[in-house]
Amino acid sequence: MISKNYRLSDFLTWASAIAMIVALYLVFVYAPTERTMGDMQRIFYFHVSTAWVGFFAFFVTLVASIAYLWKGTRRWDIVALSSVEVGVTFMTMAIISGSIWAKVAWNVWWTWDPRLTTSTILWLIYVSYLMLRNAIDEEGRRARFAAVHGIVGFVSVPITFMAIRWWRTIHPVILESEGFSLATPMLITLLFCIATFTLLYFTLLVYRVRLEQLTDEVEQLKHKLGR
Amino acid sequence: MSFLRKVLAIVQKDLAVELRTREMLSSMFVFALLVIVIFNFAFELRVENVRQVAPGVLWVTFTFAGMLGLNRSFVLEKDKGCLEGLLLCPVDRTAIYFGKMLGNVIFMTLVEAIILPIFSVLFNISLFHPILLLIVVLGTLGFAGVGTLFSAMAVHTRAREVMLPVLLFPVVVPAMIAAVKASGGILDGQAFSEIAHWVRLLTVFDVVFLAISFMTFDYVVEE
Repeated sequence: MISKNYRLSDFLTWASAIAMIVALYLVFVYAPTERTMGDMQRIFYFHVSTAWVGFFAFFVTLVASIAYLWKGTRRWDIVALSSVEVGVTFMTMAIISGSIWAKVAWNVWWTWDPRLTTSTILWLIYVSYLMLRNAIDEEGRRARFAAVHGIVGFVSVPITFMAIRWWRTIHPVILESEGFSLATPMLITLLFCIATFTLLYFTLLVYRVRLEQLTDEVEQLKHKLGR
Repeated sequence: MSFLRKVLAIVQKDLAVELRTREMLSSMFVFALLVIVIFNFAFELRVENVRQVAPGVLWVTFTFAGMLGLNRSFVLEKDKGCLEGLLLCPVDRTAIYFGKMLGNVIFMTLVEAIILPIFSVLFNISLFHPILLLIVVLGTLGFAGVGTLFSAMAVHTRAREVMLPVLLFPVVVPAMIAAVKASGGILDGQAFSEIAHWVRLLTVFDVVFLAISFMTFDYVVEE
């Protein structure tokens, strides 16, 4: 069991390292320089990728939370927790990189644009998820409450998304109903970056899950020794 | 007993407890008044047109006052050991949820009923518009609906009074945006068709959050 896990994490580590190097090449060398924004536009590839991983991680938490309430196994609780931690990290990176991009594109670090507001709200929801876990001592209750929060928190995402579309937005829309509004080399770079960051997400998730499992094991051993 | 009668029995219990002391209603009301006064000071020097800030102030007042009520909602049950009694009642857990939720809605509505005329006087605008009242009811329902669920969770955490706003506010912000936008539209004299999508969004929020809260409440009160 452990050795199989090791092989999986080894594979993921190497795969994401190699993919990341290729992604860096694509972003800085292969992708053409944007006409109006110049080289600053290149941050966009990382911005979109990290934001995607943030949303995806929270979706994984939703699935793991439902699975936990259904099955009640510790494993799902660990996945939900790990995914939130990785997701919050990536969401933070997305907000920071977006802020840098905004300084160049809109000449302000921050604006209360709906898209930015939504990301901030989402970030706050999952930070409060982590705070909730910290504030409960009893293990079973902590897992149950966290799962409920993981579900309620994610459900507000589509509603918030609707609010965005009705509220005027200055945030550029990449994915339109007719297709992508990007030049082909840029599109290839973007898609590759998204894939790379998704791979990185799974790598971090596997490591984080194992860390939590080892913590559990240490706790059990301590218990056995009678402390 | 039918489901409705069980729910009403729990509402009746909460009302009876509150009417004996009137502790919560009076503090919610005074607090709401304080929020309005503080906002008046905060904005007075800068804002030309009161109508621009009125909907925001109104909803912040309601949510802050509502937060006080929600905080108390399960604290009393837990501290006096009533929660165990409530759980041992031969009723469905969802009846407990709806009972507590309706109680919170009633408390918030009572406070809002007093605050609205005072707000109209202090800000010199009329808030008695039938659609605005509908928006207030919808907003209150959504806030109390998901708030009751979080209140039941927060009471079991270490820093419980602090925990509830931290958990609840990020989740209800989208609904509050819709409520503020819709109320603002009404105050600007827009027709209902222009703000209909905000009212619809608020309704969607209410339905979704009531459904999820009532489905997951079981896991929250489980011992």
